Amino acid sequence: MKKLINTPESFVKESLEGMAAAHPDMIKIHLDPNFVYRADAPVQGKVAIISGGGSGHEPMHVGFVGMGMLDAACPGEVFTSPTPDQMLEAAKVVQGGAGVLYIVKNYSGDVMNFEMAADLARTEGIQVANILIDDDVAVKDSLYTQGRRGVGTTVLAEKICGAAAERGYDLKKVADLCRRVNINGRSMGMALTSCIVPAKGTPTFDLAEDEMEIGIGIHGEPGRERMKLKPADEITEMLALSIIEDPAYTRIVREWDDEKGEWVDVELVDPPFQPGDKVLAFVNSMGGTPVAELYVVYRKLAEICEKKGLQIVRSLVGAYITSLEMQGCSITLLKMDDEMLELWDAPVKTPGLRWGV
Amino acid sequence: MVTRDQIVAWLKTVAQVLEENKDYLTQLDAAIGDADHGINMDRGFKKVMSQLPGVEDKDIGSILKTTGMALISSVGGAGGPLYGTLFMRAGMAVDGKYELTDEDLAALLQAAVDGVVQRGRAQLGDKTMVDALTPATEAFKQAIGEGADTIEALRRAVDAAEQGMKDTIPMLAKKGRASYLGERSIGHQDPGATSSYLILKALLDVISQPQ
Ligand SMILES: Nc1ncnc2c1ncn2[C@@H]1O[C@H](COP(=O)(O)OP(=O)(O)O)[C@@H](O)[C@H]1O
Ligand SMILES: [Mg+2]
Repeated sequence: MKKLINTPESFVKESLEGMAAAHPDMIKIHLDPNFVYRADAPVQGKVAIISGGGSGHEPMHVGFVGMGMLDAACPGEVFTSPTPDQMLEAAKVVQGGAGVLYIVKNYSGDVMNFEMAADLARTEGIQVANILIDDDVAVKDSLYTQGRRGVGTTVLAEKICGAAAERGYDLKKVADLCRRVNINGRSMGMALTSCIVPAKGTPTFDLAEDEMEIGIGIHGEPGRERMKLKPADEITEMLALSIIEDPAYTRIVREWDDEKGEWVDVELVDPPFQPGDKVLAFVNSMGGTPVAELYVVYRKLAEICEKKGLQIVRSLVGAYITSLEMQGCSITLLKMDDEMLELWDAPVKTPGLRWGV
Repeated sequence: MVTRDQIVAWLKTVAQVLEENKDYLTQLDAAIGDADHGINMDRGFKKVMSQLPGVEDKDIGSILKTTGMALISSVGGAGGPLYGTLFMRAGMAVDGKYELTDEDLAALLQAAVDGVVQRGRAQLGDKTMVDALTPATEAFKQAIGEGADTIEALRRAVDAAEQGMKDTIPMLAKKGRASYLGERSIGHQDPGATSSYLILKALLDVISQPQ
């Protein structure tokens, strides 16, 4: 293992300390329990947006803390969900009296830890909504699995909901918006190489020189299918068509019902893409793939979208939700409406995403 | 009868066993998950060990609840809330007790499994820790119903957990990260079922030792 670290045990903490030292104008960190929060928190009267997940996906989530995006992010160990005490402490520090939205990627660990945190926060008198992101079309059914994983759409939901909270949306409106972003976003990823979890020291899976893994998540877990390496255009076509031609997707998620005072099952349906849809096209590096290669992918993606009648109205290209040093990419398409578009364009100032300021 | 000191010894043994099996559990998780289960459990029980001195003279319920809280705040992943809930519920089932009858132990096991199922909503056959824990609890209750002593009942429970753990190999995962692999999850032993077996086996080992 060759990594720019001191020890595997100190990696997450030292990285956070470096972030805080680099961006004192935007963020602060709290250690033990670990979380990153907005330098000007709490913002009174604003819904606080909190996310979190395993480390190793940077800049997501810790790099998205700041004005116009997250109020706090809770990093776990590498690829391991954070714990409820982190999420609860973060909520107490950043909440400004208007409630907290937890944006949660759909992994059993993240879901259960955020549910426990929400239960704890409510006993402290904080209003909380948990919204799941489950956009990975590589996972086909929801009946026999944990359901789709949360991947690229998470970044877009954090930006859009962050802008909405900044504008004074109340908790219910921000939660509804987040759910809407989620059901309109779809993603799929692929890997050229595996990645090395520092504490483990060896690659999570082995891929031969001429092989790739299609339909991976973001934790170095193997994907749905392993195949011979193909040119970028063919890979892009496989990912893009899986997304664009994905039929309506139905699943049941657990959400908190404030009136009933209990967790309830809610059925959600992702509408399929239609010709004429306006979309945001997001091409993401898994960490080890250079930007120039992402543009090779984007070139083909734009061509496919045009052929399918999808109008790309915004784009995002770069490393935003990564898997350590893994080579590979993911594509996310998000169907945009006018409100989402306006919120996407709103100012944001975080270590990982910044415009309009 | 199981004493408070045996419960304390059990937790220490679990910490030791999980440290010894850290790489093994992580390896199992690498095949169908994300290669962290052993690391997570080892970190969790190290935290338990650091808090145990503060509570080891208290009742068994308090000791197990403290164990649960330590796991919830240190393990993360799916294992954290699940094992955290398991020990919390186990502790709540034997609140205030300094020793456990076989009936207490049965109640403890049942509450622990129920907690895991409530939290994770996995069913038998989903290829999770439930596939080791549920048969073990059933076997224990049946054994004491048939008049077996504590050690014998626990032995049957551990055998059932071991069988349940092995039975996860041909299963198609329906919960947790492994479910994302679809058919490719078949042929691998579930890491969580394995850690559950190890934890139960540690209890048998401690109880079987002459006091
Ligand atoms: N919903 C669930 N119910 C019961 N057990 C589960 C569930 N989800 C996962 N597990 C168990 O958790 C184990 C994985 O734990 P761990 O690796 O610590 O968490 P993660 O999957 O978040 O990395 C699996 O082997 C499985 O036994
Ligand atoms: Mg794991």
